[in-house]
Amino acid sequence: MIAEIIISALILIGVTFSFIGSLGLVKLRDFYMRVHVPTKATTLGIGSLLIASTIFFTIHRGTPAVHEILIVLFLFMTAPVSAHMLMKAGLHERLKDVNGEVEEKLGS
Amino acid sequence: MISVAINLGLAVMCLCLILNLIRLLKGPSTPDRILALDTMYINTVALILLFGLRLERAIFFEAALLIAMMGFVGTVALANYLLHGDIIE
Repeated sequence: MIAEIIISALILIGVTFSFIGSLGLVKLRDFYMRVHVPTKATTLGIGSLLIASTIFFTIHRGTPAVHEILIVLFLFMTAPVSAHMLMKAGLHERLKDVNGEVEEKLGS
Repeated sequence: MISVAINLGLAVMCLCLILNLIRLLKGPSTPDRILALDTMYINTVALILLFGLRLERAIFFEAALLIAMMGFVGTVALANYLLHGDIIE
């Protein structure tokens, strides 16, 4: 019973963070704000969902379910790398920020 | 209680994918579209995990792991193409 409450709460928390991230992707105003979304909010949401599914399958099968941890580790390692690559691509494309200015010094 | 939470989660994840699709179609620049595609990959992993929880099958984790890996490779390849003009130097 306690496990059911914990699993449901973790699922709802994870889904809420994913929804906040997706809403931010639509509502934020320039690319440099929008690049925060998949690395922070959505990654936290999917981490919470994976903890929920680890608890669920551990109870459901009776043995510890560890291969969900693989997805968490992989996503937590790759999300910053892909965000960094996208930010470099955005600077290379000379995208304007909210004030209509182009960053001159940071791009390579 | 878990089934109610899972069904609600599936509905909200579908809404998230629709929001990402709006940004993918509207995005004013190419990095915006790549970013929306990357977010769609991560949200699809979450959707498949919730579906696996609903059916109580563990086989969906392999599919989720594959989609996560392919999404990372695709995002890095597209960003590299924008940066350098080709994918493999």
